[in-house]
Amino acid sequence: MFFSLFWTYLKIGTFTLGGGYAMLPLIQREVVDRRGWIDEQEFLNMIALAQAAPGLIAVNSAIFIGWRVGGWKGVCGAVLGAVLPSFLIILAIAMVFSEWKDQPAVEAAFKGIRPAVVALIAAPLFKLAKSALKAKGAKTKGNPWPLTISLAAALLIWWVGVNPVWVIFATIVLTLIVVDIIERRRR
Amino acid sequence: MIYWQLFYTFFKIGLFGFGGGMAIFSLIQMEVVQHGWLTPEEIVDIMAISQVTPGPIGINCATYVGYTIGGFWGSVLTTFAIILPSLIIMLSVCKAYFWLNKRFQGNPYFEQTLRMLRFTVLGLIASAALMLIKPTNFIDSTSWIIFAVVAILTISPEILKNKVTKIISHPILLILLAGVAGYFIYAPA
Repeated sequence: MFFSLFWTYLKIGTFTLGGGYAMLPLIQREVVDRRGWIDEQEFLNMIALAQAAPGLIAVNSAIFIGWRVGGWKGVCGAVLGAVLPSFLIILAIAMVFSEWKDQPAVEAAFKGIRPAVVALIAAPLFKLAKSALKAKGAKTKGNPWPLTISLAAALLIWWVGVNPVWVIFATIVLTLIVVDIIERRRR
Repeated sequence: MIYWQLFYTFFKIGLFGFGGGMAIFSLIQMEVVQHGWLTPEEIVDIMAISQVTPGPIGINCATYVGYTIGGFWGSVLTTFAIILPSLIIMLSVCKAYFWLNKRFQGNPYFEQTLRMLRFTVLGLIASAALMLIKPTNFIDSTSWIIFAVVAILTISPEILKNKVTKIISHPILLILLAGVAGYFIYAPA
């Protein structure tokens, strides 16, 4: 089981460009459709869990499926398979790139790439905001708080220089306190 | 000791990294720039390479940053440290799966926290983008044109839903095209 999980995730990890989300359909095809390790419903539950838990979605899903299919050995196989291709490819690039970096052609290409990367970080914010506002049961209509939180978080991190980890931590604690007050009142 | 600092930093990123690759990249960026381990240009270059390389972006980024700061063992350490919290949390979740499923489905504490975190993550990613708007990344007005074109193409599927916008909004394609454009614009003749 170690080996088949390792091999499955190695294939998925080697051939998916575009990060963890791009891996999900491939994982579904391999794990649900081809191998039948878990069923469709469990796969959907898995995605929900992998997204709710902190960390990388691809790694979280590898841990869940590895555990359901093959226990500890399964977890080791799936996680190694998911991480190893990335690790080795990036390591090879990092070793080579440090020597290429100062070539005028490479330097010129990266002068074009840098503003593009900033745009790739900034532009999806609209889509993310839209889907966060429209999320099931979000009660965001006419509610100014959610986007105020986004704005406050951005300013605290960018302007004041607060470590984002503290902002995330504060969000968790404050939400729990507010929900607790609301729940107590309701009873 | 640099190895201990790397481990601690990436463990923290794995533990608080809610919301997928881009949010995790933002956390990595903040930490490594605040520590003075990398400059904002270096981290942008690493992000570009991480996006066009196979595999999860967070792993690519962590490995690359680890290698740049601490060599081979640095990369092993950062990659291990960023997945360790996932291992601890997801394995506990798996072990208590049925119990958790019953208790947390529809639980207002749990669901509201996840909902609010999405908004904090929005702010986090926005601040990551703001931090990168610097003269070293935007060297002249052409940089802003590249920025605007890439931003518009990225949002284009939201406005016009068809096959063309789906293809041209792909981040890997956009990075490669920006590289080609940069080569033709900035390379010394």
